[in-house]
Amino acid sequence: MSNTHADTVLFVRDTMLPQQDPPSSTIGAIGWAKENLFSGWINSILTLVSLAFVLFLLAGLLPWLFSPTWSMNSLTECRELLAGDHGACWGVIRERWPQLMFGFYPSEMYWRPVLTIVLLFVAIAPILFAERVPSKLLGFTAIFPFVAVWLLWGGTIWGPLMALLGFVVAYFVFGLADKYLTSALALIAAVVSALIWWGLISPLIEPALSSALPIGLETVDSRQFGGFMLSITIGVTAIMCSLPIGILLALGRQSDLPLVKAICVGFIEFIRGVPLITLLFIASTLLNIFLPPGTNFDIILRVMIMVTLFASAYMAEVIRGGLAALPKGQYEGADSLGLDYWQAQRLIIMPQALKISIPGIVSTFIGVFKDTTLVSIISMFDPLGLANAIRADQSWNGIYWELFIFIGVVFFIFCFSMSRYSMYLERKLQTGH
Amino acid sequence: MTTSIDPPAASFKLSMLIYDTRYRSITFQTIALIAFLIFIGWLFNNTAQNLADLGKEPSFGFMTEQAGYDINQRLIDYNSQSTHLRAAFVGLLNTLLIAVLGCITATIVGVLVGVLRLSGNWLIARLMTVYVEMFRNVPVLMWIVLCMAILIESLPSPRDFRGETPEASMMLFDSVAITNRGVYIPEPLFSRGLGDVSVGGVFGISLDLIAVLIVLGAGLYGAAKIRKRADVIQNATGVRPRTWHTRLAVVFVPLIILLVALGFHLGYPALKGFNFQGGTHMRNSLIALWLALSLYTAAFIAEIVRAGILAISGGQTEAAAALGIRPGRIMSLVVLPQALRVIIPPLISQYLNLTKNSSLAIAVGYMDITGTLMGITLNQTGRELETVLMGMLVYLAISLSISSVMNWYNSRVKLVER
Amino acid sequence: MKKTAFIGALTVAGLMAGAAAAATLDDVKARGKLNCGVNTGLAGFSAPNASGEWEGFDVAMCRAVAGAIFGDGTAVEFVPTTGKTRFTALASGEVDMLSRVTTWTFSRDVDLKFSFAAVTYYDGQGFLAPKSLGVSSAKELDGATVCIQTGTTTELNLADFFRKNNMSYEPVPVETNAEGQQQYLAGACDVYTTDASGLAATRATFENPGDHVVLPEIISKEPLTPLVRHGDDEWGDVVRQTMFALIAAEELGITSANIDALSATPGNNPEINRLLGTEGNLGEMLGLSADWAKNAIKVGGNYGEIFETTIGENTAIGLARGLNALWTDGGLQYAPPFR
Repeated sequence: MSNTHADTVLFVRDTMLPQQDPPSSTIGAIGWAKENLFSGWINSILTLVSLAFVLFLLAGLLPWLFSPTWSMNSLTECRELLAGDHGACWGVIRERWPQLMFGFYPSEMYWRPVLTIVLLFVAIAPILFAERVPSKLLGFTAIFPFVAVWLLWGGTIWGPLMALLGFVVAYFVFGLADKYLTSALALIAAVVSALIWWGLISPLIEPALSSALPIGLETVDSRQFGGFMLSITIGVTAIMCSLPIGILLALGRQSDLPLVKAICVGFIEFIRGVPLITLLFIASTLLNIFLPPGTNFDIILRVMIMVTLFASAYMAEVIRGGLAALPKGQYEGADSLGLDYWQAQRLIIMPQALKISIPGIVSTFIGVFKDTTLVSIISMFDPLGLANAIRADQSWNGIYWELFIFIGVVFFIFCFSMSRYSMYLERKLQTGH
Repeated sequence: MTTSIDPPAASFKLSMLIYDTRYRSITFQTIALIAFLIFIGWLFNNTAQNLADLGKEPSFGFMTEQAGYDINQRLIDYNSQSTHLRAAFVGLLNTLLIAVLGCITATIVGVLVGVLRLSGNWLIARLMTVYVEMFRNVPVLMWIVLCMAILIESLPSPRDFRGETPEASMMLFDSVAITNRGVYIPEPLFSRGLGDVSVGGVFGISLDLIAVLIVLGAGLYGAAKIRKRADVIQNATGVRPRTWHTRLAVVFVPLIILLVALGFHLGYPALKGFNFQGGTHMRNSLIALWLALSLYTAAFIAEIVRAGILAISGGQTEAAAALGIRPGRIMSLVVLPQALRVIIPPLISQYLNLTKNSSLAIAVGYMDITGTLMGITLNQTGRELETVLMGMLVYLAISLSISSVMNWYNSRVKLVER
Repeated sequence: MKKTAFIGALTVAGLMAGAAAAATLDDVKARGKLNCGVNTGLAGFSAPNASGEWEGFDVAMCRAVAGAIFGDGTAVEFVPTTGKTRFTALASGEVDMLSRVTTWTFSRDVDLKFSFAAVTYYDGQGFLAPKSLGVSSAKELDGATVCIQTGTTTELNLADFFRKNNMSYEPVPVETNAEGQQQYLAGACDVYTTDASGLAATRATFENPGDHVVLPEIISKEPLTPLVRHGDDEWGDVVRQTMFALIAAEELGITSANIDALSATPGNNPEINRLLGTEGNLGEMLGLSADWAKNAIKVGGNYGEIFETTIGENTAIGLARGLNALWTDGGLQYAPPFR
């Protein structure tokens, strides 16, 4: 019998074959390339063309970028060193980079803007990384603007302190008045008391305090701000100041009061309908005409005002989006608890709407930060304006790409990291619902 | 005896203005209105007083004075004897030109890049990501300046075309010259042209152009009619008649007849004196601005398109495939129409941004309305208030009309929800 | 209540404003600093150096005025302005004086309501052309592409010049001198036109300056002059007389080297003595200290010294005195007598 079987069936496998590797053309680098780069003839052509493009670009750029001109002191020296070769002249960055970063800020005080930046990160950490940073830090966030103003501009500590106390006064008046009056009246009372504090009381006691306890830093004129420091100062100020204005505008735009709504819509659409450069022209040429005769404050403050107005219109739209994204049940829930309008906004709506809006706020900030380069057109020394001024120096006249590449790379690093953060946040928010 | 007691007449108390919801909104609105009017009045008062102090009465009389400066890029006749008003108008047309050109190119590039970012080709997808991130994260002003610098530095100047062995030569059978002063392309000329018609005595429009446009429009309309009829026949009988050749004929035969009748020929650019003469000259400043604005805005549009396509669930594509629709048609019939609804609202604001960013033209010397009215005219006349306000109003009008046109389109394609 | 506070604040602001408009000189003295509008960056005339200090011919004029008022040439706040913002900055009081290569014209004087002090630099518009272009006169530029800085009188002059000579041209507007230079060198325009001083300064920085030539035609008059607002003649006098003091100092042979000696031991020349304040009361008439002119001259030297150190032949700019020589040397610089 066994023979029969052996005769009819030549071979019977009684063990499993060892598993074979997949064909070499589908794994490893080759397989990956075949699947991702050469999956069809169109894709192959595209791949080859873009490879050639990238190589061409690198071949042109790299030798130019890596040129040993770091220690040169003028364009002429660079030209002598390169002796006709094509190469960048990086000496200008070495000589001028403090200027590109801080403008004409006194060099022995560079620690002040640096410290301000560090504190800025501390201040926004509880907002940006809410789950990892203790929310007690929010208290610091509230006083940060005053610390920043004092650090950057210097002067006695009493000015910012008095301004801060105004808010404290308003807060207590509000708390007190809220018990007896409606929220709206309490709000008005708070604003009025703060105005009285700033307008009448603090001008009386501030000089006395300043002379009695002269604690302060050396004053730095805003004229001396420049470079990336100027861009960041304008950008951050505009975003911080535009947040409350934007909230009010967004609420006004959704208001039931037709007149208030009309004013808010008119303002938002007007600002969004004109280019920033025209608003900057207003800052540089017209704002003084609009204000009472003789009022004169420096151009940086005027630009900050106009950029703030500009940002607040965009901010209003971002927050309106946040408000619209809130489920209707939240409004109804607030109503059913018997909260009045301001209480509902303060306790229920705004905390949620603002949280949803953070990615939008970050994008607005990136936009405003990039747009600060426009101030170079109205003769301010932001990085681009400084690049022009540097090229007016005899030793660097004729230099071009080095400055622009440096400025572009710095801008890229700032904006790219912020946009990555904003994307991370969007992903995090999306999993929430 | 019974006495009926009327309910006490609702006597009006001052506190009701605040506590009674019937009156409260009126109270607040009145306060808001008064505050607003006071603010506006305050601004006006300050302005009037300041201008009086400076001795500059606001007036628009300067607009009819002779401008005295030349503009290189102009769509209508203009010379240094023309008025400031006309200079502003030249600038306005230039603004519109760059806005239209930019929006078209930005959309094309943006859609292409947005689709390519989702490509299966790893290298292409990465390259497109690099492009998008690079352009989105560097200020547009820098891109404008860089584009201009690249054009100036990398292209040959007209003098390189000269001599026995020129360093550069013209392209496409000597019909196109690419120089660092701009691109010279052949221009359409009519030897038996109809001349110009004057619009209100302000500027002339070529009658030839109008004739060509009318004939072209009529042809396209006819072709669309034929196609419609083909649809009707296909719906009725199930067989689609072949119409492409009649459609082509309807569009092109009348057009060609008209062009021959008008004596159409091309004027080629040629190197004469310092420059190329003849042909249409697209200036460097226009090209640089166009390139920078389109590439910058395209990076944003690409992101919008990508997000729009990703927003359409995969189920839609699979369902369409299950119905047996071919991949190309899935994109055009199923995915894109739905994605369009997500894409259009942010696309509108990108168009608005591009138009507003075109005001940075002064950085490359392109004479848009910021360069003429709010630039040289402001400089020469010293009328800051009038020129800047007029400029802002012009931009506002452009923005509002773009957004209303696009909103109208958006409401047409919007999904009608029940 | 809110409204009253608001209006109250306005009233206060209005009162302060009324007081502020009175006299610029008093304002400047009270502030302790002179606000001076300069160019954002023009080689030789005004540019910040690596340590952020402003340098140049226009800057030196500002410093001299600060010297006259405070005896300290560093008591100046330099306000960079563009062609567009300069007049507004001055008219609105943001700057006390403007020293920004500004041409004195009728309409600026009368219509824009500015007072021009004294001409510090007699300039004129010229053309810079590459030698290889083969052009020896501006009259041969028919059909040429011309790079031109916007926001100046140059574009009006250029339009006039070509119209007068019945020639056509293609203007290429540029925003800054650096851009004009870049376009010109790359051949994007055939010639570059701006003030002759600017052309010389630009040409000096080229890799091969010898390949380029400034054409002989000067097509306009550009008297570059510091200016102040109309309506405050006392302040205008301070600026004007400071300029004249610099010029007179050169004429009288007062230099930064010998000025201390001359003022310590008054000599026999009464005009020198009056100028340096050792005789007479010129300073008092101006509302300044007696040694105002001495202080002004000590900051950067007399007119000739300022010229030589900022834009003169020994600098990279390399401008000859030309029209700006003293009248005694055949130039136009002439100061009225100090008496």
